Amino acid sequence: MTPYEQWISFSTIVRKDVVRMLRIWPQTFLPSLVTAALYFLIFGAFIGSRIGSVEGVPYIVFIVPGLVMMQAVMNAYTNVAFVMFQSKFFNRNIDEILVSPTPPWVLISGFVAGGVLRGMTTALLVLLVALAFTPLTIANGFVIALFLVLATVIFALGGLANGVFASSIDGINIVPTFVLTPLVYLGGVFYSAKTLPGIWGKITMIDPIFYLVNGFRYGFIGKSDISLGFSISVLCGLAAVLFATAFYLLRTGLGLRQ
Amino acid sequence: MELALDIRNLTKTYADGTAALRGVSLQVPKGDFYALLGPNGAGKTTLIGIVTGLVNKTGGSLRIDGVDFDAYPERARRRVGVVPQNLNVDFFGRAIDIVVNQGGYYGIPRSIALKRADELLKAVGLADKRTAQARQLSGGMQRRLMIARALIHEPDLLFLDEPTAGVDIEMRRGMWDYLKTLTARGVTILLTTHYLEEAEQLAKHVAIINKGAIVANGTMEDILARYDESQRERDGYRGSRLEEVFLQLTREPEKPS
Repeated sequence: MTPYEQWISFSTIVRKDVVRMLRIWPQTFLPSLVTAALYFLIFGAFIGSRIGSVEGVPYIVFIVPGLVMMQAVMNAYTNVAFVMFQSKFFNRNIDEILVSPTPPWVLISGFVAGGVLRGMTTALLVLLVALAFTPLTIANGFVIALFLVLATVIFALGGLANGVFASSIDGINIVPTFVLTPLVYLGGVFYSAKTLPGIWGKITMIDPIFYLVNGFRYGFIGKSDISLGFSISVLCGLAAVLFATAFYLLRTGLGLRQ
Repeated sequence: MELALDIRNLTKTYADGTAALRGVSLQVPKGDFYALLGPNGAGKTTLIGIVTGLVNKTGGSLRIDGVDFDAYPERARRRVGVVPQNLNVDFFGRAIDIVVNQGGYYGIPRSIALKRADELLKAVGLADKRTAQARQLSGGMQRRLMIARALIHEPDLLFLDEPTAGVDIEMRRGMWDYLKTLTARGVTILLTTHYLEEAEQLAKHVAIINKGAIVANGTMEDILARYDESQRERDGYRGSRLEEVFLQLTREPEKPS
């Protein structure tokens, strides 16, 4: 395929996914907004007013970046995992792409772009909801955008691998419940890692969400528990490993071809 | 003789140890209408899965229009269209989108794909269902939609895996006529079907596969010439000549009581 043909194939995959997520917006976007609004109300307005300030900012301002990031990664992950699983398990219309000359890296890029778009759109909508509860400051817009892209790419790639490997719908539901949710809660969404005692601080360091939340939060309040350069290096390394894994799966057909 | 498909000693053993193909060789000339017949589980769908890239082969080689499938899989796939046995359309997608999107996966610009898709939907009798969701179409309509989808990139070689299963006779005959126009335009077709009268009507060549191996291969005349008149006298005439030959070649020998 020529680069132009690859672009057409990529944009077809993305377009199809966008049409799908807009068609079922009450399932794709609405739940995140309701969940985020409840978090802002309970942890931000009700409980947050008693906590006072963290890292020199009101508690609700401190948790907004983490909650936005939480919805972004969850949506990026589940979008790709479900679309891949559905198209290989229920309709088997993943074959439409597998029989075509579309190279594996274009297929991966198309699915991941769908997840990134959903994750970023959700993040934007959740930020708008947050503005209803508290004013926000932006310390560095570029850092905000960079960490949002990194977060959604990493978790979309993870969702792709999950969707390819899952052999039942349980295989898709288990990961968000038993892996993603603990990672989010232990990744410093609601607290500063500096406040964690001993071993818990070290455990947090192996959680990718920790790096994402800290970098993202830096973009808003200008403070982070860890250096931005180190966070970006860790996240880029993780994205490269996940892309290589997804490429290997699709190139060899593991989980997709018999 | 130029070959549209050249399969040599193809083998496939699944992870559970099932040997689906045991050294299949098949040469399909360009422009031919080839029927691949066999009982359930004979290996027909596995064979089509391998040549369309949906099943990984265990051994052997294949060339599509002279292109080595192992060395240039993307170039080989470009030449192939497939209508699978099972309905595999996005049931919530609109008919026009399903066909146009398939063109997109082959790198066809949307404006061109839209024009071709409209022509194809008209050709398979679905012009009035252009904006209907696939789930709103009958089984026969969904099969015709899959034919339109398989032709959007103008393939040289078309694989039809039981395309008329569950389709009523009037619609089936309409599909036969359309497939004949495709071969008249130079498209090579490899068809698997359980309707042997369909193969007899359409195919120039026939291969019969049983338990993963080709047990007969030749022109329709050659295969029909194998028909044993004395068998008819022994068993009593039941089906067409092709049906009788098929049964002679594929049925299990009777076990001694």
